[in-house]
Amino acid sequence: MWLTGLHDVNWMPDIWRNLDQMQQEMDRLLTGQTVNYLQSFPAINMWMSENDVILSSEIPGIDPGDINISLEGDVLDLSGSRISEGLKEGGKYHRQERPHGAFKRKIRLPFHAQEDRIEAIYEKGILTIKIPRAEEEKPRKITVKAE
Amino acid sequence: MADREKDLEVKKEHTLSETENLRNRPVFIPQVDIVEDNDMLLLTADMPGVDTRGIDINLENDVLTIKGTVEAPLRKNYRLIHAEYNMGDYRRSFTLTDVIDHKKIEASAKNGVLRLKLPKAEKAKPKKISVKAE
Repeated sequence: MWLTGLHDVNWMPDIWRNLDQMQQEMDRLLTGQTVNYLQSFPAINMWMSENDVILSSEIPGIDPGDINISLEGDVLDLSGSRISEGLKEGGKYHRQERPHGAFKRKIRLPFHAQEDRIEAIYEKGILTIKIPRAEEEKPRKITVKAE
Repeated sequence: MADREKDLEVKKEHTLSETENLRNRPVFIPQVDIVEDNDMLLLTADMPGVDTRGIDINLENDVLTIKGTVEAPLRKNYRLIHAEYNMGDYRRSFTLTDVIDHKKIEASAKNGVLRLKLPKAEKAKPKKISVKAE
């Protein structure tokens, strides 16, 4: 096993884990910084368009109020805690596979964001964060004039 | 390790039933907690992306099968730039050893978590036998 402890969850198929490791390596090479990708919970996907980024994360069974999202420069910080319900008296576990405990992820955004326009929705156990790109960074189309 | 087990379970299920999915998408084995007490079994399954309508529960000959169907959002004009998880449906089967009262099974889904209460039938409940002192 490559990790043990509270945050070690076998959440991703190997291919996604490999992509994660690749991404980590790329981040390290490009920025010279180490971004904490060791924790695989919650898993994050990121989509990009010209105007914004959509970040989605599978965090089933959590109170939306227990999710903290903050932005520091270009790095989005996602943290929270999933509480174990514990056992009632006389109860015993046959299976205990669902991860619980505190989690924290940092994600580097591919651009400067408009902080005041970030929207987050939690639905069906999936957190979706929409992050608009700063106006001055949006790609501009340059028209070529014909003489 | 556990990933390999998951793969095996998926494959095993396919060969047993000899069926294939109509939908060309992955089927995952959801992670579960199963707690037993004197009165019931409580099964909790993580199925992010599934709501009440997408859940199908079947109990046949002591085999409990839970299924969840996910509608993945269409993201036009977006490209995936970072991926750590894949979207797909969920399916998992359990063989129940206790006698379950079929009529009293309760299921609920909230925030992508399925909660299944499987009350034991009266005769399966442990009976406390008191020993009298002479």
